[in-house]
Amino acid sequence: MIDLNAVNKTYQVGEAPLRVLRDVNMTIGKGEYLSVMGPSGSGKSTLLNMIGLLDRPDSGSYRLDGVATETLGEEPRAKLRADYIGFIFQAFHLVNRLTTLENVELPMMLAGISPKQRRQNALAVLEQVGLADRAGHRPGQLSGGQLQRVAIARAIVMKPRILLADEPTGNLDQASGVEVVEVLENLNSEGITLLVVTHDANLGKRARRRIRMVDGQIESDTGDGDAAAGSTAL
Amino acid sequence: MLLRDQLRFNGQLFLRHRVRTALLLLAVGLGVASVILLTSLGEGARRYVDREFSSLGNQLLIVLPGRKETTGGAPPIYGTAPRDLTLEDAQALERIPAIRAVAPVIAGTVSVSLASRSREVIVLGSTPEIFQVRDLEVSQGDILPERTRTEAMAVCVLGSKLKRELFANRRAIGEWVRVGDRRMRVIGVLEERGESLGLDLRDMIIVPVRTAEQMFNTQGLFRVLMELDGNADFPKTEERVKAVIRERHEGDDDITLISQDSMLAAFNNILTTLTLAIAAIAAISLLVAGILIMNISLISVSQRRQEIGLLKALGGSSRQVRQLFLGESLMLVSMGSAAGIAVAWTAVLVMARLWPSFPLAPPWWSAPAAVGTALLAGLVFSLIPARRAAALDPVLALRGQDR
Repeated sequence: MIDLNAVNKTYQVGEAPLRVLRDVNMTIGKGEYLSVMGPSGSGKSTLLNMIGLLDRPDSGSYRLDGVATETLGEEPRAKLRADYIGFIFQAFHLVNRLTTLENVELPMMLAGISPKQRRQNALAVLEQVGLADRAGHRPGQLSGGQLQRVAIARAIVMKPRILLADEPTGNLDQASGVEVVEVLENLNSEGITLLVVTHDANLGKRARRRIRMVDGQIESDTGDGDAAAGSTAL
Repeated sequence: MLLRDQLRFNGQLFLRHRVRTALLLLAVGLGVASVILLTSLGEGARRYVDREFSSLGNQLLIVLPGRKETTGGAPPIYGTAPRDLTLEDAQALERIPAIRAVAPVIAGTVSVSLASRSREVIVLGSTPEIFQVRDLEVSQGDILPERTRTEAMAVCVLGSKLKRELFANRRAIGEWVRVGDRRMRVIGVLEERGESLGLDLRDMIIVPVRTAEQMFNTQGLFRVLMELDGNADFPKTEERVKAVIRERHEGDDDITLISQDSMLAAFNNILTTLTLAIAAIAAISLLVAGILIMNISLISVSQRRQEIGLLKALGGSSRQVRQLFLGESLMLVSMGSAAGIAVAWTAVLVMARLWPSFPLAPPWWSAPAAVGTALLAGLVFSLIPARRAAALDPVLALRGQDR
């Protein structure tokens, strides 16, 4: 599904170049549940953005479902992103002037799907995250846990194969955090590939495959016992 | 992204930022309205002149004493001539076959009084032909009698306003008034009519041309008005007129001929150029509106960094982001233009009511030109903000960092 080969990325920070990814090799199979942990500046967010096609490697290759992405132009990358990837952010990033329903419809609107179809799909995923009754509310009227669940609904409404979560519980209290993680794990059990970047050791331990990054390199990778066979086949 | 979704998305944005939107609409609306209003004034002036000349009758040829060169000098309105144009010259012109009527004119100001009332008015000394050539009618009494072609007579025709001021509602025909130092009998009153070429026909007096010669002690005519036959050849007739005068003036070509067409064409040219110049000046306000749009769009881009990053993360491409921002400007300009056109046309209608004599009208090209300029300015000035938005790095934008 995801195949990173010798990926390098360097940012220019002031005078000095900063290597955030050093020859990263990684293969992720369909339906895997991974956590990426590591200290700040270890390159885990960059890795996430790289996989999410928001960033381009300086060198190395990234194949997504067999497609070589590093040579693609901006338009096909946006299309791939829309089809394959759902993002969940620590700060939720909902648009305040839009209702819950409209926020969830946003990716479908960008993709040019008809309003009727959008509404139907959006209501279905809101049902799935338990917020169907909040469709007409605006973000200002919802709690943190609800906001993140709306964001999850928005991330999965295009039926992506991969869900990328950057500190999904970072802005939430204990109880809401658990709620959100359960929603994510349910989605994973239905077959979606889930990649969680986190500082929270408890959250990280829940994943079947755990990756630890230090200084732009993968320090340890537990591998994925039960799904490994499936992933090599892809 | 569907067009209607784009419109709705931007519409929600406008509702969210009502004050900002209202100010931009005001700027664009004012610009468009000022272009239309100012060009309407220019066009109105052109039509006014056009109408004034048309009221003269279009077969008019005017002879002025003195020759004006086409280069330099004052416009040929009041000429000073080495040799006077006389009544005999005018009578000679009558023999040219293509000329239907010749009305010699001596003009001056004189005080007209009746008992204790006195008015300073313009006096025209002429012949009965002046009524035909200038298309004048009397509402009471008669026009100048045939004898006045060649003889002085103590008779006069009053303008309607002058008659009212001297006689009020009393009968004027047959009464005597003092014109300068002479006494004259009123034989007619002109029909009520407005201004013509800046001469208030209601406030003047017409006397026989010979009488005027005596009053002003001059042989020199102010001008000669001639009406040509309907199918007369203007250039040919002008040549004949010049030839006749040259013969009488010992070979000197010392007159100036003005045909209504040539004067109208000149005025038309000047006023059209003027209208275009005014439009260009007004268009500057649209340029200012464009710059305002650019500034506000740039602020909008930096305020909406996270949103732009989000749109990209959700599968939006740079092209879509650019389109959204350009669309935002075009929507604003379109709404502002519509408001501006509505305001301008309402204002034109109101002004037409208030000053019915001035033919105020927006020229057909002013609205498309104003809207076109506004759209162009909006588009050009939002290119930079739109490009900046499209180029945002979504990762950094989502974190709320600068670059």
